[in-house]
Amino acid sequence: MKDFINRIGLPRFIIIIFLIFLMALAIYLNIPLSDVITDILVRFGMNAILVLAMVPGIQAGIGMNFNLPLGIICGLIGALISIEFKLSGFTGLFVSILIALPLAAIGGYLYGKMLNSVKGQEMTVGNYVGYSIVSFMCIFWLLAPFKSPELIWAYGGNGLRVTVSLESSTSHVLNNFLAFKIGKVTVPTGLLLFFAIFAFLVWIYSQSNKGLSMIVAGSNAKFALSNGIDVDKQRIKGTVFSTVLAAIGIIVYSQSFGFLQLYNAPLYSAMPAAAAILIGGASLKRATIVHVLIGTILFQSLLVVALPVINVIAEGTMSEVIRVIVSNGIILYALTREGGSAA
Amino acid sequence: MDLLQIKDISKSYEENRVLKNVSLSIKEGEIHGLVGENGAGKSTLMNILFGMPVIHSTGGYEGEMLIDGKPYKPTTPEDAMAAGIGMVHQEFMLIPGFTITENIKLNREKTLPTFLSKIFGNRLEKLDTEAMAKDAREALKKLDMDIDEYVPVAGLPVGHMQFIEIAREIDKSKLRLLILDEPTAVLTESEADKFLEVIKKLSQMGIAILFISHRLDEIKQITDSITVLRDGEVVANVKTDEIDVKEIARLMVGRKVELSKKEDEDRGIKDENILEIKDLRVNMPGEEVKGLSLTVKKGEILGIGGLAGQGKLGIANGIMGLYETSGSIVKDGKELHLNNPREALKSSIAFLSEDRRGVGLLLDDSIEFNIAFSSLEIQDNFLKQVGPLKLIDKKKVREHANRMIEELDIRCTGPKQRARALSGGNQQKVCIARALSLNPDLLLVSEPTRGIDIGAKKLVLDTLVKLNRERGVTVIITSSELGELRQVSDRIAIIYDGKVAGILPPDASDEEFGLLMAGEDLKKVVN
Repeated sequence: MKDFINRIGLPRFIIIIFLIFLMALAIYLNIPLSDVITDILVRFGMNAILVLAMVPGIQAGIGMNFNLPLGIICGLIGALISIEFKLSGFTGLFVSILIALPLAAIGGYLYGKMLNSVKGQEMTVGNYVGYSIVSFMCIFWLLAPFKSPELIWAYGGNGLRVTVSLESSTSHVLNNFLAFKIGKVTVPTGLLLFFAIFAFLVWIYSQSNKGLSMIVAGSNAKFALSNGIDVDKQRIKGTVFSTVLAAIGIIVYSQSFGFLQLYNAPLYSAMPAAAAILIGGASLKRATIVHVLIGTILFQSLLVVALPVINVIAEGTMSEVIRVIVSNGIILYALTREGGSAA
Repeated sequence: MDLLQIKDISKSYEENRVLKNVSLSIKEGEIHGLVGENGAGKSTLMNILFGMPVIHSTGGYEGEMLIDGKPYKPTTPEDAMAAGIGMVHQEFMLIPGFTITENIKLNREKTLPTFLSKIFGNRLEKLDTEAMAKDAREALKKLDMDIDEYVPVAGLPVGHMQFIEIAREIDKSKLRLLILDEPTAVLTESEADKFLEVIKKLSQMGIAILFISHRLDEIKQITDSITVLRDGEVVANVKTDEIDVKEIARLMVGRKVELSKKEDEDRGIKDENILEIKDLRVNMPGEEVKGLSLTVKKGEILGIGGLAGQGKLGIANGIMGLYETSGSIVKDGKELHLNNPREALKSSIAFLSEDRRGVGLLLDDSIEFNIAFSSLEIQDNFLKQVGPLKLIDKKKVREHANRMIEELDIRCTGPKQRARALSGGNQQKVCIARALSLNPDLLLVSEPTRGIDIGAKKLVLDTLVKLNRERGVTVIITSSELGELRQVSDRIAIIYDGKVAGILPPDASDEEFGLLMAGEDLKKVVN
């Protein structure tokens, strides 16, 4: 038993126990399990790429990329432009991504350069850069010259809406692609496939010579230097990949959610992603696709199951409170442990 | 009666015995010199004497110490201070932003009662700056220092800082024994002369001085008696008048290892230079190289020795481009690009760092990955082409690692074990395996046996010799342990003050090595 706990790690063990307990409670309370499982699948698919965005950052040695909002904003701009041009369906989705990619690459490059001058404090700095950029973009959203009635306030004037509905453009294109039903459970095939593609890309990169240089630079900078690796360049590379994945991640998230969330919303994206990958067993120095899979499933299941259960037991918005406690608690726990655990 | 008597002090760190039955005694007003190589046990002895916590957290010491015939058992530096022992450390322990007075009186401030202190206790008394300044002035005057006591320490010349440290010690009214650890290492010649005069003056005031230094002429000039430590044992305890510098040098180095090398072995060293270094300058903190020139012959094992801080470690790090370097390095007739590790590695130079765990290994990665990585990164080995990507070929890596594990006899549970879990000697072998995977013709090895137990030391050294003999790899081995250099090298260069002080054959006499290490001019002393 002790071996087992050591192998999967104490936090994962506690969360799995808690999850099983909640599941049992859900069944006892007659909450339909098929709905819960469908929800888990959807939420896993919509969040997984954002969690995946943490991986290149950790591998390159910048730790958790708390500046995920930077990539997210690039993704949002891509999505907004594609709506402005009245694109919908898969065209809309891919054009959004195509526009977002160069923006995220440039943003990530500049941010990576900046991180190279604040080595050792990337996570603190990242947090504050995130805040600044989100605030700066609040001005941009107000002044941006978008004209589409979908985007601007219903009563006209300048500025974008706080939430933009994707109903008429890309809503659920991935979720519905090749979706099928097993009993009452709906499997969002397209969404899962899309994540699988990116997970595979990140994995194959981590097996290539270029990727290994980046991982080594992240895990021991001095060792990397003595092996002729340009550590600063590798860190920039990791930051760019992380930012690009965040941009794609938010586009996928939004099509599933059905809305683009502007203004302050991007601020709240980094914490759950960081928490998820840490739950998965990543440390600040080491992260793999397995960590992403385990972490996202556990973290999202917890939210999905806890929400109806707690709403039945205790009225009100308890579920949101629990979510915040769990995600921040896990981040705190992971930060106090230098080593992390191997999965 | 002697002021301080040390009787049969022994101390081990884990299995490693660093002091064996060390005894010495110091009279009032005596200047006592303590000399020895790095690792001879000087610092440990000082730490015991000064009650440093590191001694007690590692199991204490055996033997006894007496002050004025009374037992003295310090467990904290405060105990030592209460017994009248002061210490000036090698690194300055001064607060830069504070004034000279504040530094001298630190934690022993004079205070005046205030309204608040009457209520809340004497922690809230205010500083009596005038009395403090007066004390500081007096202490400085005893040292013939003409400097204003209200100047901040930051920005003062290092020579002055040294004097302020001493002023702080003599300001302690009960000071009876002052320990000086390499006090002149950072001083210029004229500062050092003045400093030595002050030391004499202090001893006339009745303060006993324990003087640790590598500069043998200084020791000879100033001390009344000398203790020589070697490998944690006292090898000599003599009056200074009865011994000359050459003899001290010989005692200090000693012959530690019986040479087992066959003298008439055909070494196959070619008359061809593999490496020509000219005017090399390396800005490595603490190990600066200052305009060094050296040539290395193809096929030889060149030892680089010298005391810590003289720049011997800077050479290999400079060649590899890990620290800012200038000068010229010619490898096989071709100029090497400086400050570029990749170029150095591509020129068939491999490097085993002195910082094995920090620079030499990926501690949390598998042995096989550690072994293969350099070659993978630099030479594109262990890769397979898949479409546009070159992916790591795990099968090849595994096979290669297994071969290396067998060849170098790395003791592990298998190629997948993490490097962190290995012992020092086996970690070093993993580093060697990594370097070998590059098929280098020049191998730079720094401190290969540091932190490795004695049995494994021999294995590591044997491995290096075997590489040299069987694969024809030229080896430059840098080590603080002269004994091991003499065991394996064909020639030994001794580094002093960032330059080559001299090159000796391994069977040169102990005193020649000792003198070169202490920066003495060999010809001058011998004549």
